[in-house]
Amino acid sequence: MLLVNDPRTNLWSGILFGLGMVAFIDEALFHQLLHWHHFYDRLTTEVGLVSDGLFHAFSWFATIASLFMLAGLRKKNGFWFKRWWGGVMLGGGVFQLYDGIAQHKWMRLHQIRYVENVIVYDWVWNIIAVLMIIGGTFLIIRTQSRLKGSV
Amino acid sequence: MAVLSALLTIILYTWIGIRTSQCPRLRTWPSKRYGFWTLGIISMLLARMIHVHGHTDFTIHMVVHLLLGMLAPLLLVLAAPVTLLLRALPVRHARIATRTLRLRLVQLLTHPVVTVCLNFGGLWILYRTSLFEWMHISMLVSVLVHMHVFVAGFVFTTSVLYIDPAPHRSSFRLRAAVMVLGFAAHAVLAKIIYAESIPGVSAADARQGALLMYYGGDLVDAVLIGVFCLFWYRRFI
Repeated sequence: MLLVNDPRTNLWSGILFGLGMVAFIDEALFHQLLHWHHFYDRLTTEVGLVSDGLFHAFSWFATIASLFMLAGLRKKNGFWFKRWWGGVMLGGGVFQLYDGIAQHKWMRLHQIRYVENVIVYDWVWNIIAVLMIIGGTFLIIRTQSRLKGSV
Repeated sequence: MAVLSALLTIILYTWIGIRTSQCPRLRTWPSKRYGFWTLGIISMLLARMIHVHGHTDFTIHMVVHLLLGMLAPLLLVLAAPVTLLLRALPVRHARIATRTLRLRLVQLLTHPVVTVCLNFGGLWILYRTSLFEWMHISMLVSVLVHMHVFVAGFVFTTSVLYIDPAPHRSSFRLRAAVMVLGFAAHAVLAKIIYAESIPGVSAADARQGALLMYYGGDLVDAVLIGVFCLFWYRRFI
């Protein structure tokens, strides 16, 4: 179970929050404000619907739960921003890459934007995701080595 | 009639709450619970008042569904009615009540895995079979469906939030997993309704209702998850 002085909690809270945050931005920005994404389009496969539903429910839960974990960490003075932020970037990046490659392309959930040159959007989307994963991993490794040094 | 019974329920709850608070061996009943109970009963009353229009308007049907199946159960569970009842009953009767709660059958029916199937499985049956059409032909079917929506919603909520006494408890992890799967089923069903509509409902109407189901469900779910996490926080932090 959760130990608040455990660096793993910082990491997991970050990963869950990152995943939730990216899903939330996706929903608020691309679905609601810009109307780039469709709620549903006719090409969507069944597996795409199930995957989307699961991720939707999981990310909603993860966002709220991770903030409660964060509150616990802060209360016990165990909050380590650098490690937490590494988790946020990794969780967010992994979800964005999954969304960009598996859900948009294989499962035909919907496209990023319904335009001629959607390939450009796809590349930008996935490159940002990869950069987030690299940045997050870098931060996690750096805080990891500090962990070993401190023991 | 509906307004009268709603008023009676609120008065009864309030009266028991105030009367038991006067008893020296019991703590004062928290005032916020009177509010939860009142709002929960009002949600049910609202659903009762507008459900007639739900027969012709699918969006209204969805509002009824959200009020009756999600919001009212959550508010009523937050009001801890079973705890209040146990406070009010003489010990001998309270023992019978708790013994009933501990029965094998009750244990099975209030297990999160079972309640999630009853709650979300019921929805799938309603919208993916001809039950939805029957509901608009037969008054009896309509009443039964609405009762099921409320009872299944209530029992599901009690199975994931332990506010009233729960003799058979599941771990936070299991309850969290069950909630995610249930909400996912709800989201998938909403998107299917959006895409394929329902017999007897126009495509535009179905789309509007499905959007309401999806985003309205998210709102109530957020409160449910928040309360659940608050319990977790109090337990471990």
